[in-house]
Amino acid sequence: MLLSTRGLSKNFAGLRAVEDVDFDLPKGEIRALIGPNGAGKTTLVGMISGRIAPSAGRVMLDGQDITALPAHRRMRLGIAYTFQITSVFGRLSVQENVALAARRHMQGTAVEAAVDAALSQVGLAERAAQDAGDLAYGHQRLLEIAMGLAQSPRLLILDEPTQGLAEGEIDSFLRLIREVAEKATILLIEHNMRVVMDLADRITVLDGGRVLAEGTPAEIHANRAVQAAYLGGLPNAAAG
Amino acid sequence: MRAYALHAGLLAVLLALHFVLPAYHHGNLARVMVLASYAMGYNLMFGYTGLLSLGHALFFAAGMYGMGLGVQHLGLTAVPALILGLAAGAVVSGLLAALALRTAGVAFMIVTLMFAQAGYLTVLYFGALTRGDEGFVIQQADRMLWGIDLSLEGNRYLAALILFGVCLMLCLWLVRSPFGRVLVAIRENEERVRMLGYDVFAHKFAVMVISGTMAAAAGAAYGLLFGYVGATFASVQYSIFPLLWVLLGGAGTVLGPFIGTLFMFYLIDLSSGVTTAYMLIAGVALVALTLFAPQGLMGELRRRFWRGLR
Repeated sequence: MLLSTRGLSKNFAGLRAVEDVDFDLPKGEIRALIGPNGAGKTTLVGMISGRIAPSAGRVMLDGQDITALPAHRRMRLGIAYTFQITSVFGRLSVQENVALAARRHMQGTAVEAAVDAALSQVGLAERAAQDAGDLAYGHQRLLEIAMGLAQSPRLLILDEPTQGLAEGEIDSFLRLIREVAEKATILLIEHNMRVVMDLADRITVLDGGRVLAEGTPAEIHANRAVQAAYLGGLPNAAAG
Repeated sequence: MRAYALHAGLLAVLLALHFVLPAYHHGNLARVMVLASYAMGYNLMFGYTGLLSLGHALFFAAGMYGMGLGVQHLGLTAVPALILGLAAGAVVSGLLAALALRTAGVAFMIVTLMFAQAGYLTVLYFGALTRGDEGFVIQQADRMLWGIDLSLEGNRYLAALILFGVCLMLCLWLVRSPFGRVLVAIRENEERVRMLGYDVFAHKFAVMVISGTMAAAAGAAYGLLFGYVGATFASVQYSIFPLLWVLLGGAGTVLGPFIGTLFMFYLIDLSSGVTTAYMLIAGVALVALTLFAPQGLMGELRRRFWRGLR
């Protein structure tokens, strides 16, 4: 298992955002994490990445207990996290944004090569010199991915990466993620069911802070409890 | 390389001015160079890392009193006294960093302000040693550095130029290094830097110690070059000055602090020749600059003419 959690829980002032989650993610998989708003997806991923301290439970990366490590130490162990709300360095160039991600684990000319590779892969190579803040929204999302790639992570966590993208942009995004998945394990929080059904090897459904179901896209699609949690929204969304 | 050449060019001009400036401006410029070194240290924290300290007088005074008390009470010669000043600055800034960096934003401003006030009151409290507000004079005999008399105007100017040059090149190298790039990224988006795997606290701590030590170097040099150590230099006024100089000259530019210090020094100097209400003129000029060149003089220059300028 690349990533495991055991009994992971988080209370916010009495509210149980995440409750007793045992989660296993094998190496090489694309896993989607879905659930209605407020199901605890971002909180769970926050505890995995170290942005949020758990109330109880443990997080293991490749067998190593990382529960007590601060976020930056976890990133050094090979986790990369792309933000739900676009969080690039707006006043720095596109190139510098990616270089910051690369320089954490390399130096000198290797940085330039890694930056070029990451920008080419997401198709932003021609915009390297622009200020990141001047990029169109869809391009900023791609820059986020490029920053994730430049970290050459073992585990890439994508928090709603297609949010706000146009349909045409989503197709190229799907291709990109499949490429990335050849080298990294991917944990994807996603609302767009077309993306989830298309991309995920397996799906974990959260509801009310607990794991409601887990399985292949076909299994999840057929799961009555999941349909109930989505109030019948899932089949329609998947069909659309 | 172009940037290094530009900054080396400024140092060459300042060296040339040494031979041509009339005595009055010669003395002013020596003062400006030392104070600009202070402002450059401040700029590393404020302009590049986005940490607004209101307590840098504590570090300036730590250097000045570390040097001055060493000369006065320990009988140190100039070199060990300067080293003591630098060490005092490094220790004080390290201690304050360990405490104050647990806070952010307005709380950070308040904490640094309060500690600097505590430092000022400490200087007054130990009046028997520090002579408080009145201060004390560093005698000419104690202002000899390797046989060079720093109380002579020419030597003083060149010593100030060396200090300024070292600080300038150090800042330039630092902000262009990977470490410096991370500082800028922290200023822009701290949480993102953390999630790229950088230890944000360690970077802030390091820059605060570098900034504080540079301020202390300026404080120690100021005391030694101009022969006076006094509590005014520990007061809140001297915490506000570097902020003003940096804002005027351009936060987050290497040359900005020098330009800002020079501008403000002569603004006050010239306006005080015209009227006793010279701070009014200075105030109006500050307001105008803030309105029309919010990024400071160098920042405006960079925005309009040369984006590569750092």
